[in-house]
Amino acid sequence: MPDQESEETLSPEHSSASTSAQQPDLADVVIEVDDVNFSYVKGTDVLRDITMNIKRGEVTALIGPSGCGKSTLLRCLNRMNDLIPTAAITKGEIRILDTNVYDPKVDPIELRKHVGMVFQKYNPFPKSIYENVAFGLRIQGIKKKSVLDEAVERSLKSAGLWNEVKDRLDTSGLGLSGGQQQRLCIARTIAVEPKIVLMDEPCSALDPISTTIIEELITQLKEEFTIVIVTHNMQQATRVSDKTAYFYLGELIEMDDTIRIFNSPSRKETEDYISGRFG
Amino acid sequence: MEVSTQDPPLDASAETMENPLYKKHTAVKRRDATISVLLGVATYAILACAAFIFLDIMRKGAPVVFESSFPFVNTEFFTQSPESLITFEIEDGSYFEMGSSEFYEWKRENPETRIVEEHAHPYSGGGILGPLVGTALLTGICIVVALFIGLATAIFLNEYSSKGKFMDMLRLAIMNLAGVPSIVFGLFGLGLFCLVAPVITDVPQERALFTIPIFFTDSYLSFEGWGTCMLAGGFTLAVMILPVIIAACEESLKAIPMGFREASLALGATKWQSISKSVLPYAFPGMLTASILGITRVAGETAPIMFTAALAHKDKLPWQDIPVNKNANFLAQSGEWTSGFVSQSVQAMPYHIYTVAARIPQNEWTRPMQYGSVFVFMVVVMLFAALSIFLRTRYRKKMKW
Repeated sequence: MPDQESEETLSPEHSSASTSAQQPDLADVVIEVDDVNFSYVKGTDVLRDITMNIKRGEVTALIGPSGCGKSTLLRCLNRMNDLIPTAAITKGEIRILDTNVYDPKVDPIELRKHVGMVFQKYNPFPKSIYENVAFGLRIQGIKKKSVLDEAVERSLKSAGLWNEVKDRLDTSGLGLSGGQQQRLCIARTIAVEPKIVLMDEPCSALDPISTTIIEELITQLKEEFTIVIVTHNMQQATRVSDKTAYFYLGELIEMDDTIRIFNSPSRKETEDYISGRFG
Repeated sequence: MEVSTQDPPLDASAETMENPLYKKHTAVKRRDATISVLLGVATYAILACAAFIFLDIMRKGAPVVFESSFPFVNTEFFTQSPESLITFEIEDGSYFEMGSSEFYEWKRENPETRIVEEHAHPYSGGGILGPLVGTALLTGICIVVALFIGLATAIFLNEYSSKGKFMDMLRLAIMNLAGVPSIVFGLFGLGLFCLVAPVITDVPQERALFTIPIFFTDSYLSFEGWGTCMLAGGFTLAVMILPVIIAACEESLKAIPMGFREASLALGATKWQSISKSVLPYAFPGMLTASILGITRVAGETAPIMFTAALAHKDKLPWQDIPVNKNANFLAQSGEWTSGFVSQSVQAMPYHIYTVAARIPQNEWTRPMQYGSVFVFMVVVMLFAALSIFLRTRYRKKMKW
């Protein structure tokens, strides 16, 4: 009972905060994670009391040792965890563009059009490069060739792949190198023009050169998209992100400007992790 | 003694200090060798059996099918249906051997010739067109029905259903279907499809389990069964092959990486869009090839069609002489024709082989029909199996993600 009461007293405060008339620095917040608990199986929370704000146009890196819940949180944001029947948010709210994404009125399919995702293992469809990029638009029912052509070219250009593949758009996407395939997946994701792009360790299956290219791409993409990236690689976090959040055992230990996290973290646990004392 | 001291190095070393790396003939080693021989014998015994079957059938069956002169194939064997073989002698001592239809024609043309000795050998004349056509139709219906139900079930089990006790039981039930003896399937088909399955008719039969009048028409939905017909046979075979098809389809679905489903869902696809656009197209070739392999097995089943579809003898091919109301419009006519067509019973290869091999008196004249039928049937089934294996290897090569 006390818990319920406190939630009730909390929520009006927070909703007034999210309208953000008083607090101007919240105006740019696109993702609000508000005191979230999450469990795959009932009774065992793998995320506890997560509260974080992610701002428009920033790259936010989620770091932490394996199993700390960073990928789980990422998959909560576009409700990919819905694929697991028993998985559910047990406390709190995630608001994206001022909408609670776990509201029963929210259609996860519509949500995912606004919150795209790039996966750890690059997974282009065994179709042509063109069809891979056009897939998201086609399933939305767009058939007009000129619209598709334009979207494919724009997306491939944004993903820095256009010059490499423009002469062979009809060949299979699987014929590309690993790094190219991952950029194809990025192009496929941004073709549906999401507001937010989630990246789940996008470089962990790639060689160093491809990784560099993707990292450069991420810094370019943040002009247009808000990016949340999960990474194991702390150097990568320092290179690409504006904000870094450190997770440990399902809890958000610290979130701050990347420079501060890596130079003068306020928590001892963070310092231990980034200095390589464990993890 | 003198000799052994003369050439000491080898002998001496062998006797005094045995090299631990040299072969030793112990009991363990002997058992090892024996076992490997036994295993080999068992394996080669299978090969011998297979070789004997194939070679014997080929040796005796191929001469029936192939000829030494143009067109090198016994066309009559493929263009006629089975009939009796008549052997007879006429007064001048000349001897004849012909199918019954030919014989009656001959008799009509030579009415005054007196036949001295006449023997009829049932099912030994003519060809195997009827059974071939019947088996093709049965397996065709079977493929359509089994793929439709099997695919739907596999998609549901693999993509939609959640895990749980009930689903485990459902899977167990499906797998248990595979263990049901084929004769039981035959009786099941008789009981369900031939006697109880619903039909739409204006005049329900008395034996119907119950009838439901269809509103605004004079027709009834009558649960009177389809009778002994190719539809009932095809459905029975389909039920029988379902476990194989479901397993094959599920296997193919499982082989498609999760990443395809996740990627399309993350792009805002609905569940069915994701399945139909980025799972099924890649799973379908695998499903089809595995299914063909299953179908070849079911094509050779005798018991399930014995009560439900097959006839030992039938003069007409299934599409001949189907009664149609000539005054009705085209749509009604074609509907009537189709229902008349699928209600035909058919001859079928396995049942035909059973007939000629076990239900008629055996003699030298029945042998060509027996071996010819078996040979053709075997080759057809083997061709399908080969096709499925060929398609699978080709598809496996293309499938690299």
